[in-house]
Amino acid sequence: MTDKPEPDAAEPDAETHARAESVGQGADLRSPVTWLPTVKVTAAAILLALVVGALLIVVSDREVIEAAGYFFDYPWDFFKFAGEAIWESYRALVLGAVGSGAALSQTLERAAPLICAGLGVSLAFRAGMFNIGAQGQLIIGAVCAGFVGFTFDLPIGLHLLLALVAGVAGGALWGAIAGYLKAQTGAHEVITTIMLNYVASSTLLYLLTKDAFQRPGSDNPRSLPVDDSATFPMLFGFHSGVLVAIAVAVVAWWLLERTTLGFEMRAVGANADAARTAGMSVRKVYTLTMLIAGGLAGLAAVQQILGHHDSLTANVAGSLGFDAITVALLGRATPLGTVLAGLLFGALASGGIQMQASEAATPVELTQVLQALIVLFVAAPALVRGVLRMKESGGGATVMAKGWGS
Amino acid sequence: MGLVTAITAEAAQDLPRVRDRADVVRQVKLVVVMAVVTALLVFFALTVDNSHVQFVLGERVTVDSPPKELPAHPVLWVSAVVAAVGTVLAAANRIPRDWRGVVVYLLVGLAFYAGFIVWAYSDQSGSFQSSIANPLPGTIRIATPLVLGALAGCMCERAGVINIAIEGQFLMGAFFASVAASLAFNAYMGLVGAILAGVGMAALLAVFALRYLVNQVVLGVVLIALATGLTSFLLSQIPGDPAIKQYFNEPPRLDTIAIPGLSQIPVVGEALFNQTALVYLMYVSVVVVAFVLFQTKWGLRVRSVGEHPKAADTVGIKVNRVRWQAVLFGGVFAGLGGAYYTVGSTGAFDREVSAGNGFIALAAVIMGRWHPLGATAAAVFFGFMWNLQSQLSFVDKIPSQLLGMTPYLATIIAVAGFVGRVRPPAADGEPYVKS
Repeated sequence: MTDKPEPDAAEPDAETHARAESVGQGADLRSPVTWLPTVKVTAAAILLALVVGALLIVVSDREVIEAAGYFFDYPWDFFKFAGEAIWESYRALVLGAVGSGAALSQTLERAAPLICAGLGVSLAFRAGMFNIGAQGQLIIGAVCAGFVGFTFDLPIGLHLLLALVAGVAGGALWGAIAGYLKAQTGAHEVITTIMLNYVASSTLLYLLTKDAFQRPGSDNPRSLPVDDSATFPMLFGFHSGVLVAIAVAVVAWWLLERTTLGFEMRAVGANADAARTAGMSVRKVYTLTMLIAGGLAGLAAVQQILGHHDSLTANVAGSLGFDAITVALLGRATPLGTVLAGLLFGALASGGIQMQASEAATPVELTQVLQALIVLFVAAPALVRGVLRMKESGGGATVMAKGWGS
Repeated sequence: MGLVTAITAEAAQDLPRVRDRADVVRQVKLVVVMAVVTALLVFFALTVDNSHVQFVLGERVTVDSPPKELPAHPVLWVSAVVAAVGTVLAAANRIPRDWRGVVVYLLVGLAFYAGFIVWAYSDQSGSFQSSIANPLPGTIRIATPLVLGALAGCMCERAGVINIAIEGQFLMGAFFASVAASLAFNAYMGLVGAILAGVGMAALLAVFALRYLVNQVVLGVVLIALATGLTSFLLSQIPGDPAIKQYFNEPPRLDTIAIPGLSQIPVVGEALFNQTALVYLMYVSVVVVAFVLFQTKWGLRVRSVGEHPKAADTVGIKVNRVRWQAVLFGGVFAGLGGAYYTVGSTGAFDREVSAGNGFIALAAVIMGRWHPLGATAAAVFFGFMWNLQSQLSFVDKIPSQLLGMTPYLATIIAVAGFVGRVRPPAADGEPYVKS
C-alpha cells in the first residue's frame, strides 16, 4: 500500500507549513500583520476561558446557590452574590499574580521551570516528536542536581555550577534514551517516554529509601535540603534561576532558527522522509533533539530544587512535566510563545493560591481548568471567532505532531 | 507451465539458505532473551536454600484452602530445562512460525514465571510464611479498566481520530460514576453515570477534532488537563459534611457475582467468573468491539474512514458521521473503564484517582497495533505485572520500588526490541474536509 492519499494529505501540510512560516519560524515581528491575528485570537481565548471560569465560580459559590433557591422571589440577590463571587475571585487571582513585588516574584519563580520544561517539549514538537516524558526527565534531573547539591561540600560558585550541570545532564540522558530508541528501533516515543516517566518515579522512590539520600537518623522518604552554596542567589526578590530560564529561551530560539541542527530539526519535523532524501541523518536528529529536550527538562528540575533550598521528596516534580506540555502547546512550540505561555501559567498558579485564600474561597483547581480552556480555545480559532463574531481569518495555528508519525 | 513450476520449486528450495538480515537479527534477539531467561532460572535454582514453598490455588489463604507444600528445587530445575530447550530451539532456528511457536513462547514464559515466583517466595526470613497465590483474579480485576480504555482507543483511532484523552475519560467516568451511584444509592446507576460521562468527553473530543479541526494530539492533552482540573474542582466543592457528602461521593460498590457452574471450574473459574458486573461487561465489550469492527458493515466503514477517508467518501460513506459514531461508541467503554476506579473498586472518588492509567491504556493500543484483541492482550499483560508487583510486596526479596518499574521496563524492552515500528491507521489524526 504505497498509494497514500496524496491530494488531501498534501493540502493541510502546505497550510500548516505556511502558518508555521508566518507564526512560528521567527516570523517578522516588526510587521503587525503577521502576529496580530495570533495575538487577537489568544486574547479572545483567554477572555472566553475566563467567562467559562466565571460560570464555574457562580455555580460553586454557596451564597449564590442559596440565592438561586429564592431566585423568583428576589432575583437581585442572585446577581449580587454571583457578581461578588466572580469579582472577589478574579481580583484575588490578578492581585496574587502581579499585585505586588512579592506576587510578581512568585509568578516569575513559578514560571521559570515551566518555561524550561516547556521549551524542551516545544523543541521535540518541532522535530515531529511528542515528548510526554518531561516528567521523568525532570525527576532524574532533580535526583542528580539534588544529590550533588546536598552531598558534596564545595565552594559557592562551583557547587551551584556542578549541581546545575548534573541536573541538566541527568535529564538529557533520560531524554536521550527515548530519542535513541526511536532512532534505532522505531519504538514510538509516546510509549517509551510514558514508560520512562514511571521508571523515573520508581527510581526516585527507591533512592529515597537509601541512606545516601535520606536525612541522617530519619526513615522518611525525604532528603536533606540542598546546601546554601548550591542554590541560586537571590536578585530583586526572586532567585536568579529565572534569568537562566530567559537566557535559555534565547538560546533555544537561536538553536532553532540560526543553526544547522535547528534547521535539520525543523526539516525532520515537517517531513522526515524528505529530510532523509535531502541527506540529513534523521536518526541523529531524533537522538539529539531528545537529548536537548531532556536537558531542558533537567534544567527545570534544577530551577525547582536549587531555587528554594528544597529537599528531594517523592513529589519534587509535581505535575510540572505535564503542565509543560500545555505550556508548549499554548506557546505554539516557539521559544517566544513558550516564554509568554510559561509566564501566564506561572501567574495563574501564583494567583490561584491567593484566590483560594480570598473571601470567595474559590478552589485553586479552577486555575487548572482555566489553563486547559485557554489552550483548547487557542487551538480552535474557528470556535473563538464564531463565538465572538470576529472576522479575520488566520492566527491561532498550532503546528506540529500531526499524528502518530513513524 | 512445467518450467515455471520447476523454477518456483528451485527457488523454494533455495529460500532457507538466503535469509533476510532482519530475520537474523530477530533470531539473535530471541536467543539472547531465552539465554538470559535460562541463566536467571539456573541462578534461582542454585541460590534457593530451603526447598519448601507454600502455595494456594485461591487468591488468598483461607480456612477452607490451607496452603500446600511445593518442592522448590524440582520446579526450578524443570523450568530451567524448559527454558534451555527453548534457547536451543531458537539457536537452531527451529521455532515454528505458527501457533506451535506461540506455544513454545508461552511455555518458556510460564517456566520463567514459575521459577521466578518460587524463588521470590523461598527462604523467607520472617516467622510468617507468605504463600504463592493465584495471580489470575487480581490480574483480571486490575486489567479491566485498561482493557476498556484500550478498546475506546481502538474504536477512535480505527476511525482516524487520535484519542490521547483516555485518561480524561477515565477521570470523568470515575467521578460521575461516584456521583450517580451516591445519588441513586445504587452501584449500577454509577455505571450509567460513567457511560454518560465517557460519552460526554467523547463528544467534546469529536466536536473539537471533527468540527473545529483542532490538532488531535493537542486536543487529547488539553482534555486530560480539563478533566483533571474539573474533577478536582468539583470534588473540592462537595462539602465534607457527611450528611451532604453521602449524596455525592459515598457510592455503594459493585458486588461480586459468581456465575453458577462456571465459577466452580478449578483455578480459573474463581478468577474469571467470580467478579463484578463491570468485569463481565469488559469480557462482552472485547467481543463486541472485535466483532463490530471486523465482521459488520459499519465496522468496515469505520476502518475505511480511518485508512482512506477520500475513498470512503467517494463510495458514499459520510466520513465525519461515521467518525462521530465511532468516537461516541468508544466513549461508552472509556467511561465504563473509569467506573472501575470508584464503584468498581474503592468507592469514593479521589483526586486523579486513575493515576495515569489512561496513558497505559494508550500504550496498550499502540502495543496491540490498533487491534482490539492485541490491545486487550497488552492491557492484560500490564494487569498481570501490577498484580505480581502487589503480591510480591509481601515478600522482602526484591525492593518493591524496583519491582514497581518492571512492567514499564518490560514494555520498553518489548516495544524497542520486538514490536519496533508500528503502522497506525493511515488517516489517524487527519481531519477530513470535503473539498
